[in-house]
Amino acid sequence: MGKKKEIDARFSKFGTVPFTATSKVNDFIDYLEDGKVMGTRCKDCGMMFFPPRADCYNCLAGNMDWFQVSGKGKLVSYSKLEYAPQGFGDDLPYAIALLDYGDYKVFGRIAGSVPEDEIEVGMELETVANELPNGQLNYVFQKPA
Amino acid sequence: MGKVGIIGVGQSAFVRGYPGSIRELAFEGFKDAMKDAGAKAADIGASVVCSAPEYDKQRSPAGVFAEYMGLTPQPTFYVETLCSSSSTGLKLAYSLIESGLHDSVAVIGFQKMSEISSAESQERMGRGADIQWESPFGTMMPAYYAMYARNHMATYGTTPEDLALIRVKSSTYGQINDKAVYRKAVTEEMFGDPESPMSGPVASPLRVGDCCANADGSSCIIVANEEKARALSDKPVWILGLGAASTAVNLAGRDLFNGLTVGIEAGRQAYEMAGVTPKDIDVAEVHDCFTIAEMMAYENLGFARPGEGRDLIRGKETYKEGSIPVNVDGGLLSKGHPIGATGGSQIRTIVLQLRGEAGEMQVKDPEIGLVHNIGGVGLYGNVTILGR
Repeated sequence: MGKKKEIDARFSKFGTVPFTATSKVNDFIDYLEDGKVMGTRCKDCGMMFFPPRADCYNCLAGNMDWFQVSGKGKLVSYSKLEYAPQGFGDDLPYAIALLDYGDYKVFGRIAGSVPEDEIEVGMELETVANELPNGQLNYVFQKPA
Repeated sequence: MGKVGIIGVGQSAFVRGYPGSIRELAFEGFKDAMKDAGAKAADIGASVVCSAPEYDKQRSPAGVFAEYMGLTPQPTFYVETLCSSSSTGLKLAYSLIESGLHDSVAVIGFQKMSEISSAESQERMGRGADIQWESPFGTMMPAYYAMYARNHMATYGTTPEDLALIRVKSSTYGQINDKAVYRKAVTEEMFGDPESPMSGPVASPLRVGDCCANADGSSCIIVANEEKARALSDKPVWILGLGAASTAVNLAGRDLFNGLTVGIEAGRQAYEMAGVTPKDIDVAEVHDCFTIAEMMAYENLGFARPGEGRDLIRGKETYKEGSIPVNVDGGLLSKGHPIGATGGSQIRTIVLQLRGEAGEMQVKDPEIGLVHNIGGVGLYGNVTILGR
């Protein structure tokens, strides 16, 4: 009998309810635990990817470096949810949003600490790693310190 | 290449909680279309079955339907592009006929959404987005379209009141469409009345009244080559143009947030193939899963310039008597949106319009009609142009 192969299911730590357990970019979760939100950059052609990808369709290669999502992005749009899909009800109300960093964009949630009446399209926010009440990890957009 | 004609159209009523199995539901649209075509199952060369499979217990329904409808031993194919599945099915049917493989094809769309709860259904629909990177944030369809609405408002000054006008138009025709699930009147005032269910917040800035309802339903389109179409039908409607496009599933991979690139690209292809321009369209069905989706479709299809869609609805130009009638059967907002059946229902409406058989909903003497059918949150776009 061979030893049972250990499955690297780190990605199941991502989000209130994860739908993916294994990914070739599982290291994203380790960085997130370390407080860093990371994307990937193709070493061959320089293309930047967020969300991070293991594979570059341009070079048909998997020759990637990690880069940190840092600085401020512009709020492209957002929506505050009054209903949630199954498994997300305890998080209500929350706002999903998209930030534009120029070279890439980041889809996520606006931090609960940002007052709703201060949210407007075009405002600058930054992306920070976040631990959810159920112990899972994600990232949120908050006002720059 | 010869012409490809539509010789029969049919649909079930769109309802909440269809009291039968999926093969029985699909048979309702099929029966309607076959009677319309005056065809027998043996006349049909192949079938294409279209739906989003995650709602069904039955795996691979195409074979089950083929047997139930008497379409064996002919081949059957199963296609899925979320909410635009049956427009994709029509494109496949066109290809099967133009290639010479088959002389006629039945495109059967269906969805029975009622077997799971509304929350489960929202979760499944949300999984039509990026399940690795977006769904873990708790996304759902209305919230994605709400993000497009928010950006459209911020960019162009479109208002929630403008969006309400689209629902009011929809209900004008939903009331006279006996296939529609929502048959009641909706007024502008309801959106401002906290007591009205229409004003209830769903995902800001969209309210209950901005959203279409889930429904159970089926549709069927019978397509044939020119020779067979002329032999079987004295009123074929011809497929003049077909366009289809895709884009990044994650919003982070997109560049436009007040319009759908797949609608623009599919429209460009369809206009080019048909050799017509937006001005030539006499009647249109557009994918109004949410009010903002219809507003964007006006602009993406060239009925209005970007940001000026609101002028069309404010001026009632998209009503039956207007310069470009849109969704004068009640659209998804009033008819309901049984995912895999929706595109076929839109095509049926335009075929009836072009044949002058749309009853109270009839637009005056249309010659060219357009169908715009979107899958997911602008993930797939399909535009079909039909003519007499």
